[in-house]
Amino acid sequence: MKDLINIYVEQEDGERITLEAPTDMGLSVMEVLKANEFDVQALCGGMAICATCHVEVLQNEEELPEMSDDEAYMLETLPHATANSRLSCQLRVTPALEGLVVRIMPEAH
Amino acid sequence: MEKVTTDICIVGAGPVGLFAVFEAGLLKMRCHVVDALAAVGGQLTEIYPKKPIYDIPGFPEVLAGDLVKNLQQQIAPFHPTFTLGERVEHLDKQEDGSFIVKTVAGTEIACKVVVIAGGLGSFEPRKPAIENLEGYEGKGVTYMVRDPEEFRDKRVVLAGGGDSALDWTIYLADLCKELTLVHRGTTFRGAPESAEKVLHLAEEGRINLVLKSNVTEVHGEEQLEGVTIEANNEANQVEADYFIPLFGLVPKLGPLENWGLELEKNAIVVNTFDYSTNIPGIFAIGDINTYPGKLKLILCGFHEAALMAQSAYNIIYPDKKFVLKYTTVNGIQELQ
Repeated sequence: MKDLINIYVEQEDGERITLEAPTDMGLSVMEVLKANEFDVQALCGGMAICATCHVEVLQNEEELPEMSDDEAYMLETLPHATANSRLSCQLRVTPALEGLVVRIMPEAH
Repeated sequence: MEKVTTDICIVGAGPVGLFAVFEAGLLKMRCHVVDALAAVGGQLTEIYPKKPIYDIPGFPEVLAGDLVKNLQQQIAPFHPTFTLGERVEHLDKQEDGSFIVKTVAGTEIACKVVVIAGGLGSFEPRKPAIENLEGYEGKGVTYMVRDPEEFRDKRVVLAGGGDSALDWTIYLADLCKELTLVHRGTTFRGAPESAEKVLHLAEEGRINLVLKSNVTEVHGEEQLEGVTIEANNEANQVEADYFIPLFGLVPKLGPLENWGLELEKNAIVVNTFDYSTNIPGIFAIGDINTYPGKLKLILCGFHEAALMAQSAYNIIYPDKKFVLKYTTVNGIQELQ
């Protein structure tokens, strides 16, 4: 197991920004995005109640962790959600996330 | 219409707002607490009453609901008064430097100091990104159903896929002249029973159910006259008297945004000397404020409440000198 993985954020122009994320600190993808100063409000701080950390997963190597009912329900109400939407606060940074590509969705701003 | 006169009006009855009553009480300042929610405790009561918190000094573990109960007990000697279930709306600054805070229900609180401990803010409807949508608010666009009779015999377009979209579709189906539900997906993950009813209504032709689609435009001269519904780059214009987007709730500062406070990313900018805002006499403590190094922790909010009380004292008792008193030396002097 390695301690650092790469996560990519796709910008509007298609450019992908690489983020290094530690897997041994119990972080969520939301926290990694905020630490890297992306425009993600994440108002509720990770409780899946505000959806202001909504991302679309564009690419993933391994299967992502299953979503909780709370997350699924929240995504259902959003105007911009797609079949690959997730709340980034509910995605734990683990080695399985290596190579994850996300796009930050409008609800996050 | 109720009128209250107090020293400090605290906006928000979460843990930090409650503890502010304690710090103010030690300095003999009376508090009135207002919250949009019907119960005290804020998020701790509404969202995670049964979750343990591990970073309250002196409590290796405490349930959020128990922390709220303890805080209520702790502030009881200072006899705070409450207006619950009413959101604050207006702030009027008086000539003598005092304030009148008004709620949506018309309650007026006259006070010398306002302390905003609003946490995440209040939950407001999430608005979809449709050009000029806000221009039609009150002219056919609304984000909640207050009085269903308003929609009797009208052409209504609802958008959304959550519980409230399903519930209102069922309720309004027979009331409206024509009801269309637009949902971007094909499934409804909310309540399966409601979803089934909606599908049944569509089969019977009592509503129009438009799946895999989004409302992308709103039209009309003065009033709303129609919306554009788009699916796979195919756009259809539909006539409508009302458009009701139901996309859940998102925390917002709400009316506080219009009080002239300096804001940064949905938070109130404060001076860390005493957590005062840019408006003299108004303080902001807890999750709702921001400053360099800010951490959104309950324990930080408690600290902010103590420092705020010191400056509030100087406003409320301008002729007296502030002296720090330890509770171990002086105990708690109940306010009569």
